Amino acid sequence: MEVTDLEKIVSVLKEKYEEDILYAEMLYDFPTVSLKKEKIVEIIQYLRDNSETKFEFLTTLCGIHYPELNQIAVMYQLHNMMTGKRVRLKTYLPIELPTVTSLTSVFPGANWMERETYDFFGVIFEGHPNLKRILNVDEMIIFPLRKEYPLEDQVREDKNDAMFGR
Amino acid sequence: MSTLTEDIRMADRPEGLEGQGFFATKLQTVVGLARKNSIWPLPFATSCCGIEFMATMGAHYDLARFGSERLSFSPRQADLLMVMGTIAKKMGPVLRQVYEQMAEPRWVLSVGACASSGGIFDTYSVLQGIDRIIPVDVYVPGCPPRPEQIIDGVIKIQRLVETESLRRRDSPEYKAMLNTYGIE
Amino acid sequence: MEVNHTIEDHIYQPEEKRYSYLNLGPTHPATHGIFQNVLKMDGEIIVEATSTIGYIHRAFEKLAERRPFYQITPITDRMNYCSSPINNIGWHMTVEKLLGIEIPKRVQYLRVIVMELARIADHIICNAVIGVDTGALTGFVYMFQQREEIYEIYEHICGARLTSNVGRIGGFERDFTPRTWEKIDTFLNNFPTVLKEFESLLSRNRIFMDRTVGCGPITAEKALSYSFTGPNLRAAGVDYDVRVAMPYSSYDDFDFQIPVGKNGDTYDRFMVRQEEMWQSLSIIKQAIAKIPEGPFHANVPEFYLPPKEEVYNNMEALIYHFKIVMGETDVPKGEVYHCVEGGNGELGFYLISDGGRQPFRLHFRRPCFIYYQAFPEMVKGSMLSDAILTMSSMNVIAGELDS
Repeated sequence: MEVTDLEKIVSVLKEKYEEDILYAEMLYDFPTVSLKKEKIVEIIQYLRDNSETKFEFLTTLCGIHYPELNQIAVMYQLHNMMTGKRVRLKTYLPIELPTVTSLTSVFPGANWMERETYDFFGVIFEGHPNLKRILNVDEMIIFPLRKEYPLEDQVREDKNDAMFGR
Repeated sequence: MSTLTEDIRMADRPEGLEGQGFFATKLQTVVGLARKNSIWPLPFATSCCGIEFMATMGAHYDLARFGSERLSFSPRQADLLMVMGTIAKKMGPVLRQVYEQMAEPRWVLSVGACASSGGIFDTYSVLQGIDRIIPVDVYVPGCPPRPEQIIDGVIKIQRLVETESLRRRDSPEYKAMLNTYGIE
Repeated sequence: MEVNHTIEDHIYQPEEKRYSYLNLGPTHPATHGIFQNVLKMDGEIIVEATSTIGYIHRAFEKLAERRPFYQITPITDRMNYCSSPINNIGWHMTVEKLLGIEIPKRVQYLRVIVMELARIADHIICNAVIGVDTGALTGFVYMFQQREEIYEIYEHICGARLTSNVGRIGGFERDFTPRTWEKIDTFLNNFPTVLKEFESLLSRNRIFMDRTVGCGPITAEKALSYSFTGPNLRAAGVDYDVRVAMPYSSYDDFDFQIPVGKNGDTYDRFMVRQEEMWQSLSIIKQAIAKIPEGPFHANVPEFYLPPKEEVYNNMEALIYHFKIVMGETDVPKGEVYHCVEGGNGELGFYLISDGGRQPFRLHFRRPCFIYYQAFPEMVKGSMLSDAILTMSSMNVIAGELDS
């Protein structure tokens, strides 16, 4: 019987980290696994070194704010260049204290991606060598990509709100 | 070919008193004529409008015809500050410092919608127009403006340069205008 | 006469080394884009480099949460603005993946032609600017004239020169006119001569090779660990190209090669981009030879604006037009990720839709942002002019660096 990508990844994960898997599904032909946040870095390292999956390339890392759940999710996407398989891992963090271990020990390329996630959402990555704001001004006190903050520049008075839908 | 030589126009002779071996006119006119045909721009290119500026400097829409052959990247040696592209709030102090380092007389050309008014980026991180921090002489709209529009903006700056009074930069009105921007 | 002191006694040896800090500030000559590098220098050698970016942060990701799908296309234009059709078409393909739209073959071939022209345009700028930074200004002027020809082709297809906003969800606004095909043919006839001339000026030029060989190298393992993609990764020796690994828009119908370098230094990056331009020309020729007849857009009336004659005469077309412009159409919920091979590497779009007219979250995987992290490591131990060349050969475009 043919094993789908999702089942293979889940079976590899189940060998050591069974209790960390929350949910696994295929979204638009993309295996997506939701995990608990405590051992996420070990799991990613395990997936990188395991000979069956060998996800050795970190494609991207971003944050997502879910206001109804009061959680901020961090999404990691990994890629196995030899076989062309990809996987998406998501962890959900409570909004009062969004902390997770940093991935820079496993993938040095995650350095700036984590800084960007911190800048936009306020996710604190423990063990990050230089967790500062990267794209916004250093003096900013809010985390602008959270849903409660407005998009527009509040200094501007000359635009009519009714016409411009601000 | 005869048509090419007929099309060449030298700079117009200004009004003045002419005689055998002398020509008298106002100092302001002569200085304006000399200045307008030798403007040295400082291309402060940030984003997409900067690529259209590179096309304007290229061989097709040559901006060097108008005297801007030498681009100066040092503000001390530049006459015209061409701000091309979006200015974010992080970049605002840098732009202000560059403007303050320029020596009088100096002109500012704001190229593109983003520099003129923030453009399509009405966001928390974009400065909604550089005229919030520095005085601007000519605005060139467009996103990005065609090279012909940028040249049109430079020609309007040339008209401003030609007709400017020599005393303008020391006048109290000019100083008051600079004070509204917080520049001494 | 006896001399019993050595020369070392006369050379000043400070107890602790003093470094100088050079600010390669946000305003650059040669218009690479604005980002700041503070270099800690020991004389002329760079010991450490610290990068500060964000001087042109325009908050694309937050802006995209407040715009319906068609209004996001002009935003994607302004990311990598040297090759904006690739960004537009990549975004439209992401939405088509979310909606499950099947694209006709002719549209896919036309998209390939437009994307390869954009890739040539991007590499023209990058290679010409590498030439300018080594002092060779002539190549820049010659190559930019060819970029003007590409601009004229874009004007025929979509009306704009630089920030093209090309295409729609499902295809193109109009089919290519006969004049467009003429212009593309003229370009394909003239460009190889100019490219060969440019190559002969630089690629075996002794001064250029002395400047660029061994300048800013990176090994393949390090490049992969820093998540490099695109010509920078291919110059390091890894042959990963999204067009071949995950073919989209019928790229697997075409026969082309992936140029790969060896050392990952500036010369390899220059030559990889040069060779990619030749390969793009060959792809365009194949696409023109094999293009099938057919519709120039998919049949999705809910997302593709109907032609104006029908809007004025037909009731359904009017309703669809209204719903599309006001953004009232329903969109399925889901999370989708699609990537295309941009001028700099794997350009990815991660779209989460919650059923409304605007995305819930849109994240751009920007290749420039990710590989610029390795810049401090690539210039450690090299001289200042090498740092300038490394920066320009990495093709850092500020719009893509800060989102």
